[in-house]
Amino acid sequence: MRRFFLVMVLLLSAGGGVAWWLSTPGTLSAAEIATLEAHRPDPADGARVFHAAGCASCHTAPEATADASSGGDTRPILAGGRRLDSDFGTFVSPNISPDPTHGLGAWSLAEFAAAMRLGVDPDGQHYYPSFPYTAYSHMTAADISDLWAFLQTLPPSDRGNTPNEIAFPFSIRRGIGLWKWRYKTDDWVAAAPSETLDRGRYLVEALGHCAECHTPRDQFGGLVKARWMGGAPNPSGRGRIPNITPSALTWSADDIAYYLETGFTPDYDSAGGTMASVVRNLAQLPASDRDAIAAYIKGLAPVADLDG
Amino acid sequence: MSAHAKKTVSRPHRAATACLAAALVASVAAPAALAQDFGNQIKARQGLMRVQAANLGVLAAMVRGNAPYDAETARVAAANLAATGTIDQRFFWPEGSALTDAENTRALPEIWEDYADFVAEKEKFTAATVALQAAADSGLDALGPALRGVGQSCGSCHEKYQQSR
Repeated sequence: MRRFFLVMVLLLSAGGGVAWWLSTPGTLSAAEIATLEAHRPDPADGARVFHAAGCASCHTAPEATADASSGGDTRPILAGGRRLDSDFGTFVSPNISPDPTHGLGAWSLAEFAAAMRLGVDPDGQHYYPSFPYTAYSHMTAADISDLWAFLQTLPPSDRGNTPNEIAFPFSIRRGIGLWKWRYKTDDWVAAAPSETLDRGRYLVEALGHCAECHTPRDQFGGLVKARWMGGAPNPSGRGRIPNITPSALTWSADDIAYYLETGFTPDYDSAGGTMASVVRNLAQLPASDRDAIAAYIKGLAPVADLDG
Repeated sequence: MSAHAKKTVSRPHRAATACLAAALVASVAAPAALAQDFGNQIKARQGLMRVQAANLGVLAAMVRGNAPYDAETARVAAANLAATGTIDQRFFWPEGSALTDAENTRALPEIWEDYADFVAEKEKFTAATVALQAAADSGLDALGPALRGVGQSCGSCHEKYQQSR
């Protein structure tokens, strides 16, 4: 009997040790940091990354959206404070403005890159994947560096962060390391047999993180790759995010690109809900980028609707 | 007594009175029973948006290069859109006619949390269509940005007050 307990204790501690090891927050290699720092950052290119990655959609304060008609400063204020509901609790987006105390003003480029690539904060703690680093981890070093330079040009906000409302056991951040081990990958989902499709895939899978809403999740909140872009319940609890694979979306590539620019569907309804803010972001990209996204969407593997 | 039983009364004016009474009773007694009662208002606002869509389609076809630019066609479509912007829609948006309580609508209950802001969004559309009307018959270079302005006013309101598909 004593031997049985001894074996159990050894097994459990070995299992715990493996879990502890697997859940260790990652760090960037010296070579990765050198590549980042070798790039000469261009804030104008960073603006394009910023719009394609949809940063403003979650990180602008809900009450402080820029209004071009007011004629004032229309630069987005990335004060955070937007609430994102999920099966695991409510996440509240943080302040990522250049304020040195409440935002990212005191961060280094390497710390920013660790957040984007590894989902790890400057204290070495895991971020929740509500911050879509599973997508952003595919970003090029040049894009991360340019985006970092662009963020410095935005106005600071002294809004303090609001804690997430996450229940146990998901409140244990270390556990996110196991989630990353299971779900975070360097692989792309779609093939990209042409230059346009390669750009489209980068815009959709790395920057736009479209799958975060358009692909269903399993019980642990990981994306179900077999149903990539096949539609999912709306996290708000009302309605569904549509299936945008060719089995459900029959628009032409030109229709899709026009929708992404203007919000107008082929029958001239106009995009609503969170997609309206996606359109506002994508409208600021060059037309070639919207065409590339449209080409990628047209090339998606068809996913049948679950309820026919 | 159900609304259905009241509707069997033969004389038209009495039927109307009875329906009104039944609606009043229903509005107090059973919010869930209101589901169908906003059908006309919902059809009215959706119909108005269909009228807008039909005219937007004419203009967008020219901007997208799917139809040749024609100043007179653009002028008429823009005037129609501007006309829809002058309609006071207060009767089309009764409280409770959101997707949470009514059927066949994507209207969000947030509309009635800040109704003044909802009206302000509609005014953005009105202003954008006035600008569109001014630009429509002066060529594609003017029409494109003006149409985009109208689209932005659609998105601005739908983002807050319409459930995406």
